[in-house]
Amino acid sequence: MQHDEVIWQVIRHRHCSFMAKIETGIFCRNPYNVTGICNRSSCPLANSRYATIRDHGGVFYLYMKTIERAHMPNKLWERVKMPRNYAKALEIIDKHMIYWPKLLVHKTKQRLTKMTQMRIRMRKLALKTREKIMTVPTKQKKREARREEKAEKAALLEKSIEKELLERLKKGVYGDIYNYPVDKYNEILDKEEVGKATISEDEEEEPVIEYVEGYEELEEEDDMEDFGGLAIKEDYDNDNLDDDDDDDDEEEENASVAYKRGRKSSARKLAKEEQAAKSKKKIKVQVEVEHEDAVERQRAVY
Amino acid sequence: MKDLLPSAIKNKEKRSEVHAKLKHQKKLEKKKKAKVREAAEKQALELGEEPPARPIPRTIENTRELDETVCKPDDEELFAGNDADEFSCILKEERTPKVLITTSRFHSSRGPAFIDELISVIPNAHYHKRGTYDLKKIVEYANNKDFTSIIVVHTNRREPDALLVIGLPSGPTAHFKLSKLVLRKDIKNHGNPTNHQPELVFNNFTTRLGHRIGRLIQSLFPQDPNFRGRRVVTFHNQRDFIFFRHHRYIFETKESKEPQSKGKGKKEEAKTQEKVITRLQECGPRFTLKLISLQHGTFDTKGGEYEWTHKPEMDTSRRRFFL
Repeated sequence: MQHDEVIWQVIRHRHCSFMAKIETGIFCRNPYNVTGICNRSSCPLANSRYATIRDHGGVFYLYMKTIERAHMPNKLWERVKMPRNYAKALEIIDKHMIYWPKLLVHKTKQRLTKMTQMRIRMRKLALKTREKIMTVPTKQKKREARREEKAEKAALLEKSIEKELLERLKKGVYGDIYNYPVDKYNEILDKEEVGKATISEDEEEEPVIEYVEGYEELEEEDDMEDFGGLAIKEDYDNDNLDDDDDDDDEEEENASVAYKRGRKSSARKLAKEEQAAKSKKKIKVQVEVEHEDAVERQRAVY
Repeated sequence: MKDLLPSAIKNKEKRSEVHAKLKHQKKLEKKKKAKVREAAEKQALELGEEPPARPIPRTIENTRELDETVCKPDDEELFAGNDADEFSCILKEERTPKVLITTSRFHSSRGPAFIDELISVIPNAHYHKRGTYDLKKIVEYANNKDFTSIIVVHTNRREPDALLVIGLPSGPTAHFKLSKLVLRKDIKNHGNPTNHQPELVFNNFTTRLGHRIGRLIQSLFPQDPNFRGRRVVTFHNQRDFIFFRHHRYIFETKESKEPQSKGKGKKEEAKTQEKVITRLQECGPRFTLKLISLQHGTFDTKGGEYEWTHKPEMDTSRRRFFL
């Protein structure tokens, strides 16, 4: 007992490596401490008769030290395994610490309670899924951002979308909605190509890419006849006698150009019916004009 | 020989002098070459012949590393694979896509706005709040209610930053990183999308992996576009970044006077030409996706089989892309 007092004086007033001072209080980091606070009665070094509960892998053990073994540090702490059952564990504590100071027994029981509660909670949490936070090194983040910028610039999105839509129009995916005169267009193109110098088109598309896009198209091309049917009916109502004379192509061409002219003036958000109504009027006016000009469609090349 | 390499000179001033001189020389040479080239072109045009062919600039796409998984147009195996994969029933229109959109557990700020816009872009999309359900439970729930895919929007630091697309019933799970999100209200002159079913455009999905991802995204949308609606949704892959754009388009004929004396051949062509051009009006959000991982079954990080994961060692070459 005198020994303990000396130890305590030295530890407390000089230096204890287990002591941790925080704003809220003074704590003891010694693993054998029962309460965790740095106190005269809670210090495992300054009390020759002491008891704790410690947890190894989910199993609780009661550790006890007595003054009789103080000279054998190797065999200082006596260990007793606690049963899983909380009530039985309390009985075990009582049994082993029957003649010990009440304060210590009380503190040990409190510690046991706290640890059982923690054990239950940890097990429940382990069953639930938790999100794991993964960090990405800044270097990678910056590199990705830089590459994204450059890719966006290289992508020329608007141009490629426009090009794709024009190609679909040419291929006739839209059927007769726009009444695009495919044959006449190709005819004119052929004429152009013979005479014109070949422009080296920067064909970044390999045949591979064409395939991919084409494949998507095919799937969307369902029931073109239905769509086509609707469009043709409308235009037939409006067109003049000229239609009887001309080929299908030319009549489509007239209607199409005029149709487009009609559309240009109206806002895009108008319903289709309104647009058709407007274009109906304008078709009659412009049919003659179209015949006179040698209309050329130039492929959108860039 | 001190001047073998400027970097071998120890004296900093002298070294930088030599280096600057070298650069200047190179610049002059380049200018000379350019002048010669221009002179040759001008000459050829004046004489009415073709100008000498312009050299093709070197781009990263030109010099991309050869990838053996690039799809070829006449690959029987590919078609067979397509028929047998998880999307074929949706893509063949046996089922109409029904999409469930949800979020991660914490959800705030730009997330809900983005989700609203997603709902307007993808037809037949439904939003359900997350609660604290496990993703696996959500997958079960969705299967029971006959959804075809789930989209989970994940928020980090109050910004949506990841998209998890899960195909159902047993479909693959793709995890994308989302960036550069611009909402509709932040786009100038934006248009308002209608309810017509959109047309889809998929650009540059060349490799097998890319093709699969393309089909996965395609299966989110119904396969019968309403061309009268003139709505187009584009997923453009460039260097492994998938750019999403949503436009309304219109075809117009534009008259342009043919530029004179460019030697374009026949003189009997009329001077005015008409071009058909497309005009686009952007509506809807704009964002970029980057694939982080593709998993074979539904979401299961611990036990799942990953078809493809991004590893940092894949970034070492600037000419190698996987999509």
